[in-house]
Amino acid sequence: MNYAAVSLTSREEIEVHRFSWPVSIGIPLLAIFIQVFFPLRLHFLAIFDLPLLVTIFFAVARRRPIPGMITGALIGTVQDAWTSLPIGVNGIAKTIIGFLASSLGVKLDVDNPGSRFLMTFTFFLVHRVIYVVIVLGLVGGNEPFSWRHTLLAALANALLSVVLFAGLDKFKQRM
Amino acid sequence: MENFFSRYKNPLALMAILFIQVVALATQVKRPEGGTGSAASGGTRLIRVWTVTAISPFERAFVSTGSFLRRNFYNYIDLHNVRKQNRALQAEVDQLKLEQVRLQQDAEQARRLRSLLGFTQHYVGQLLPAQVIGTSGSELSHLIQIDKGAKSGIKVDMPVITPDGIVGKVKDVFPYTSQVLLINDRDSGAGVILQNSRLQGVLRGSPQGELRIGEMMSDEKIEVGEEVVTSGGDRIYPKGLPVGTVSKVSPDKDNDPFLAVKVKPAADINRLEEVLIVTKIAQDGPDKNLQASDVRAADILAERLPSIPKPDEVKKAKAAAPANAPGQGGKPAQKTTASGTAPAVSAHAETSHTAKPAATTPTQKVAANPAGAGNPAAGNPHSASASGQGTNKAGQPDQKASHSGTGSATEKKAGASVPKAANVSTPHAAEPKATATPKAGASPSGVSPTTGDSGQPKPPEAGRPPQ
Repeated sequence: MNYAAVSLTSREEIEVHRFSWPVSIGIPLLAIFIQVFFPLRLHFLAIFDLPLLVTIFFAVARRRPIPGMITGALIGTVQDAWTSLPIGVNGIAKTIIGFLASSLGVKLDVDNPGSRFLMTFTFFLVHRVIYVVIVLGLVGGNEPFSWRHTLLAALANALLSVVLFAGLDKFKQRM
Repeated sequence: MENFFSRYKNPLALMAILFIQVVALATQVKRPEGGTGSAASGGTRLIRVWTVTAISPFERAFVSTGSFLRRNFYNYIDLHNVRKQNRALQAEVDQLKLEQVRLQQDAEQARRLRSLLGFTQHYVGQLLPAQVIGTSGSELSHLIQIDKGAKSGIKVDMPVITPDGIVGKVKDVFPYTSQVLLINDRDSGAGVILQNSRLQGVLRGSPQGELRIGEMMSDEKIEVGEEVVTSGGDRIYPKGLPVGTVSKVSPDKDNDPFLAVKVKPAADINRLEEVLIVTKIAQDGPDKNLQASDVRAADILAERLPSIPKPDEVKKAKAAAPANAPGQGGKPAQKTTASGTAPAVSAHAETSHTAKPAATTPTQKVAANPAGAGNPAAGNPHSASASGQGTNKAGQPDQKASHSGTGSATEKKAGASVPKAANVSTPHAAEPKATATPKAGASPSGVSPTTGDSGQPKPPEAGRPPQ
């Protein structure tokens, strides 16, 4: 028995993209560099999670869950190396986000600004929840969870993603 | 089966990747009994090293370029005001020089007192400046990267400070960079003491990046604005470094009998550009201080005291001795100051082979001093001279006695011991105020270098006044 894939997008909208190696490696590293360098002078920039946005972008653009989750795992692991937390906290959270984003990319049109805004907003919240659960459950820390701050951060990241994804679209290559 | 794997390929891959990461995470987390977990970076150090090595060169380049441009810009701006500033600075330097003289004297006095009490002083021995080149990039982890690493001699747990106050400690060291765990990180901790109330506690960071001192009982009086300094109890930060000021004191809702003391850090932790790493903590023990002081005090005494009495002085002393001795008995010793003669007297305690000279009270010490009292009665010429001078120069007669009355061994001992005490209270030695007990002066069994001739080294009891 054959099952037709349920999708909210037309066939034309489901485009699978790929990226060159320099872009695949350089953009995540650049995102991590910016993330660790700029809050040094502009402390409020720590509210953004550029590695998460890059994870979402690559996962959605590739529309393949396995590369999506591997990208998330690698970016998260590298990000963990800069924190005082054990390596794996961001890795696990971003692996799940990579998987969800690439799975969602197959089913939804994620190329227009509105859907990108909503998608990033939602994924940021999911990421934060997973992160807190890992810290509380696996690491044994006492992570604060302020809904107001988290919603504000999600909003800021969602707005940034609209601009950022539009810029990163230029690096897409059609398969 | 093949169909199963191909159908659930993605979820299986997800589970596999998550499993690997969870296992990796589990190896890093140490969970102490009854406490929360903490991260141990042993097995994942390589990942951190690779990551930091890959990205930190760019950070260093950015920071260096930024600093270069900023410095040149400010240099240009500053040129306009250089002359005016120079004049103001010169005036400030003059004022500071005067202040330094006063502080040096205070410091010298403090050092002497510390050595008397047997304190060991820990202070910042060597500092290495470093530039901050990055952060953790996360609001939830308070950590900075600095541009100095193992090649510069940085080691784990070295304290990191600024002139304003402490910043944190080195957490991880890489060849050319290091990670510094800030004091406001939740994994951080420092032993602190409140400046006025002298209450000690442990300063901890919180997940929100705030500093709190925990486990202060609610009946303690802690005022907002009170300064907090390091206590040195954590064996990481040297004692006395500024930490911050108490910004809020409220009952701790989670721990009922305790207070929640919030501290505002002295250093601007959120805007760090340059920091100082304490690469060496110097220790200054009491013996070292005393030894250093001995030389100076010995020199001073050597100048002031004749080593061999002249014959005519001996004759005079002999003549003066009968006049003073029978009538006054212990008076010379009575006139000897308790406070002023303590050093000289304690020197006697040592020369007389007492086991615990430092523990001897002034009275006991004076009693141990026969120079002023016992010896005149014994007809010792040097003692007579001592009684004649004892009122003004308490230390002097003792020296004379030790120099002339005993053999070379005694002389050495006296030489070694007198300056110690003399160094401490030389200024008081000339005080004419006399408060010593008559018993002390009347002590017939007082041990001195002269009595030491009898071959009976006296224990501390020898210094006690007879009952």
